[in-house]
Amino acid sequence: MQGYDVSIGLETHVQLKTRSKLFCSCPTRFGEEPNTNVCPVCLGYPGTLPVVNYQAVRLTVVTGLMLGCRVNLHSKFDRKNYFYPDMPKNYQISQYDQPICTGGSVEIEVEGKVKRIRLRRIHLEEDVGKSFHFGRSSGVDFNRAGIPLMEIVTEPDISSADEAHAYLVALKAILEYGEVSDCNLEEGNVRCDVNCSVRKRDGSRELGTKTEIKNLNTFRGVYRALKYEIARQIRVLERGGTIQQQTLRWDDEKGVTVALRSKEYAHDYRYFPDPDIPPVVLRPEEVEAWRESLPELPSRRKRRFQEQYGLPEYDAGVLVAEREVADFFERTVAEGAPPKAASNWVMTEVLRVIGESGKRVSDLRLRPEALARLISLVERGMVNMPTAKEVFGVMLETGGDPERIVRERGLAQVSDEGELMEVVGRVLAANQKVVADYRAGKKAALQFLIGQVMRETRGKANPKAAARILREQLEG
Amino acid sequence: MALPEIPASLRDLRNLLLRGEIACRDVAAAFLQRIEKHNACLNAFVHLDAEKVMAQAERADERLASGGREPLLGIPLAIKDNLNVRGDPCTCASRILTGYVAPYDATAVARLRKAGAVFLGRTNMDEFAMGSSNENSAFGPVRNPWNTDYVPGGSSGGAAAAVAAGLAPAALASDTGGSIRQPAAFCGCVGLKPTYGRVSRYGLTAYASSMDQVGVLAQSVADAALLLEVIAGHDVMDGTSLREEVPPYSERLEGDLNGVRIGLPREYYGEGLDKEVRESVQGVAGLLAREGAEVVEVDLPSTRYAVAAYYIIATAEASANLARYDGVRYGMRVEGADPIEMYGRTRAKGFGPEVKRRIILGTYALSSGYYDAYYLRATKVRTLIRKDFEEAFQRCEVLLTPVSPVKPFRLGEKIEDPLQLYLCDIYSVTANLAGICGIAVPCGLSREGLPLGAQFLGPALGEERILQIAHIYEALRGPFGSPPGF
Repeated sequence: MQGYDVSIGLETHVQLKTRSKLFCSCPTRFGEEPNTNVCPVCLGYPGTLPVVNYQAVRLTVVTGLMLGCRVNLHSKFDRKNYFYPDMPKNYQISQYDQPICTGGSVEIEVEGKVKRIRLRRIHLEEDVGKSFHFGRSSGVDFNRAGIPLMEIVTEPDISSADEAHAYLVALKAILEYGEVSDCNLEEGNVRCDVNCSVRKRDGSRELGTKTEIKNLNTFRGVYRALKYEIARQIRVLERGGTIQQQTLRWDDEKGVTVALRSKEYAHDYRYFPDPDIPPVVLRPEEVEAWRESLPELPSRRKRRFQEQYGLPEYDAGVLVAEREVADFFERTVAEGAPPKAASNWVMTEVLRVIGESGKRVSDLRLRPEALARLISLVERGMVNMPTAKEVFGVMLETGGDPERIVRERGLAQVSDEGELMEVVGRVLAANQKVVADYRAGKKAALQFLIGQVMRETRGKANPKAAARILREQLEG
Repeated sequence: MALPEIPASLRDLRNLLLRGEIACRDVAAAFLQRIEKHNACLNAFVHLDAEKVMAQAERADERLASGGREPLLGIPLAIKDNLNVRGDPCTCASRILTGYVAPYDATAVARLRKAGAVFLGRTNMDEFAMGSSNENSAFGPVRNPWNTDYVPGGSSGGAAAAVAAGLAPAALASDTGGSIRQPAAFCGCVGLKPTYGRVSRYGLTAYASSMDQVGVLAQSVADAALLLEVIAGHDVMDGTSLREEVPPYSERLEGDLNGVRIGLPREYYGEGLDKEVRESVQGVAGLLAREGAEVVEVDLPSTRYAVAAYYIIATAEASANLARYDGVRYGMRVEGADPIEMYGRTRAKGFGPEVKRRIILGTYALSSGYYDAYYLRATKVRTLIRKDFEEAFQRCEVLLTPVSPVKPFRLGEKIEDPLQLYLCDIYSVTANLAGICGIAVPCGLSREGLPLGAQFLGPALGEERILQIAHIYEALRGPFGSPPGF
C-alpha cells in the first residue's frame, strides 16, 4: 500500500421510507409473495403513466438538508434506456442532469482523524424488479419495481476501505436520524456501487484508471471488496501491468472481485427528459419548513451528550451512532438514572445484547424506565453489580419489573444488621488464624474475610455493610 | 326486425332515449347491424363483441327505467384500439399486442362509462398511431366510405370511417400529429384535438407522450363539444393533465362572428398545397368574412421546421415508449435462447415496418453524439413554434388552415414513400408541438368526390372558442351529407 494514493467514490442507493412506490400507489412492504404489490403502472402496462410521490421528493430534500447539499428548486426526471427483463418499461425513470440535490458532505472519523467526504449529488430514481432462475426457466418478481431509491454520489474523496466503511456508517446514522430510510441492510435498503482507482505517489495529479464494483449490499462487503480490489490494482501496477477500466462484481464467498462481461454494461443509455412527468418545482417556503423540522444530527447530539450529561467523548460517540440507542439512553436518564451509570449500562449491556441477538433496541422487551429503576436499585445499595446483571438478564427475557424480580427471586442484598452480624460471627469463628493476622496488623486480611461473608450469603451481602461490621467486630 | 331511424345528433338521440321513444338496445342493435353490413368492406372495426355491446345497452335501459339521467346514457361510441377498456383487447393494430387484455379503463373511457355510454367496439388504426393513411395496420387497411379505393387518413382511420359511414355516432380517438383531424378531413366528419393536458392520457397507449392527446371524432361540432365536456378535466393518474375547470362547451356554442378576427397563416397556404384544398379552405374564410369575421394574414415563420422537429421528438419518445413490448409480461412472445434473443425475435415479428422505422429513427436521434444535433435542436424548434403561435394569437382569436396539404389519395399511392407522407403532416403537427387545440370540419368535396377539411386552431385551453366558431361555420355551410351508399 505504501507509495500509492487510493481514490474511492461511492454511489449509494438508499430505499426511502415511503408507504407507496415512487410512481404508483402500490405498497413498499418487503417480503411478500412475488408479484403481489404490483399494478398496471409499476408493471409498465400500455397506457399507464407515472405520477411522482411527493413524500419521496420530501425525503430526498430532507436528506440533502441534513447533508448540507444545495436543494435545487427546479429538478426533472429522465428516462434511462436499456433492456433488461427486470425492467418493466425497459427504461428506468431517474434523474440525469437536474438532480434534486447537489453538493454537500459527510463527516467521518478514522483513527482519530476527522475528514469530510464531499458529495456530488443526490437524485431520485425507481428500483427495478428481481429476476429468479429456476432450472430451465426464469421469473421476475416486480414487487420491488418502482420502489423509491435515493442515489447518493460522493466525489472520489475516500482513500481507504476503512474510510469507505466509516462513510457508510456515518451516512446510515444520519439517514436513520432523519427517518428517511430504515437502512435495513438485510432487506436490501442500502446498496452500493464502488469506484476505485490507485495511483503511484509520484506527484502526478491525474487519477488512475478506475474499476467499478457493482451492487454491494453490506458494509462489510464494501470493506472487503475494496481491501481486495486496492491490493489487486497495486499488485498489477507493481508487476508493470495496467488497470483495465471494467465493471466487477464481488464474490463474497471466494473473497475476490470478478469481471462482468463488458457487454452487460456497455450502454448508451440515451437519457432524455421523461415527457410524462412535469418538472419538479419546489417552493422555497416548503423547503424552509422542512429545514426547520430537521432532527438533531448525530455529530451535534454527540457534543450535546458531552456537555449536558458530562459524558466522555468516547461514550457520547458510541451512544449517538444509532438514533434508537441514543434515544434509549436519553429516556433512561429522563427516568432518573445518573447519566454515567446509564451510559455504562447502555454501552456494555444493551449494546452487547443487540450485538449478540441482531435485534434492534425497539425490539427489546427492556424499557428505559425499567433500566432506570434497576440502576436506582444499584445506586441505593439494594443489589450489587453481579446480581444486577442477573436481574437485567431476567428483565430482557420477561420484560419484568426489576424490584419484583429481586423480590421474587430473593436476590435482594443483605444489609440487615442482625443477619449480617450472625454471618460475621460464624466467619470470624471459622477463621481464627486470619483474625489473628489482622489484629497483628495485616489489614489486607479484611478482604479475605469480606469474601467469606459474601460466600456465606451467596453474594447477596452488602459488601460495604459487611466490611463495616467486620471492622467493628475485629477492632471493637 | 325493423330497426329505428337514428337521429343525426347526439342531443336528438338522447332526447328520444329519455322520452322512451327508442330503447338503448334498439339503438345498439341498429349500429351493430350497420357494422355487420359494412365492416367487411371498410375494415373500420378490429374487435367487436356484440353480446357485450347488447349487455351494456340492456343495463343502460335499466338505468333509464330507474331514472338514470347520465349525459350519455345509452349512447354507443366506438373506441380507437389504442385506448384501454377493461376486459377488452387493446392491440394498437399491432401483432405485438396479440393476446393482451386491458386490466383497466383509460380515464377518458372511465368517464364515458360513468356518463352511461355503450362501447361498440375497437376501431382500426395505423399501428401504434404511426401513419396518416391507415395502411400500417396489422389488421389491414381501412377504406374511405366515400370511395373505397381511397384511404381514410390516419392514424384514426377506423374511427373516422366508422363515424362518417354511420357505423357509430362518434368515436374516442387520439391525435399525436394530426391523427384525429386528418382522417376527419379525409372522411368528412368533425375531429377535435384538445389542448395538451385537457384530457387525461392515462390509458392511452403512448406513442409520443409529449404530444399524444385524447380527442373525439363526431358527426357535428355540437356532438364533439358534448363529448369533450365529459372526458376533459384533471386526473390524478396523469401528472401532465391540466387542473383548469371544464366549461360546459356544449352550452356555449351559439354566438356570432362580429368582431372575431380569424388569422390565415401565410405559411399554411404556400407551396405544396393542393389547389382544390386551398380553394375550399379559402371558401370557408370568405363565408366567415361575409358573416362579419375579420380575416387577417399572420405569420408562423418556424412552420418550415415543424415536420423535422415533429419526427425527431415523436420518434425519440416512441423509441422509449415502445421498449416495453418485449414479450416478458404481456402480448406476443417469440422464445429465444436468452432474453436478448427473445427481445429481438419478438420485436422483429411483432412490429410492422413503419413502427420499426420510427423506433430506429428515434433511437438514433437520442444516441450519444447525436442528441444535441437532433433531439435538443428539435426541442428548440418546438419552443419557436410555440412562440409563433403565441404571437399569432395576439393578433387573432383563431387560425383557419387546411388540415392536410393534399386531398384524400388512393390506397397504395403514397405508402412506398414515407418521407412524402411525413411532409403531408405539415399543417397538423404544429398544434401538437405547441400543445394547442384544433378542430377539423368538412368544407367541401374534391373533384373525385372525396371530402376536404378545414382546421380551426386555437390557443391552449381555447376549446370553447374554436368549437363556437366551427359550430357557426357548420351552420353556415349546411348539412355536409353522408357518403353515397351509407
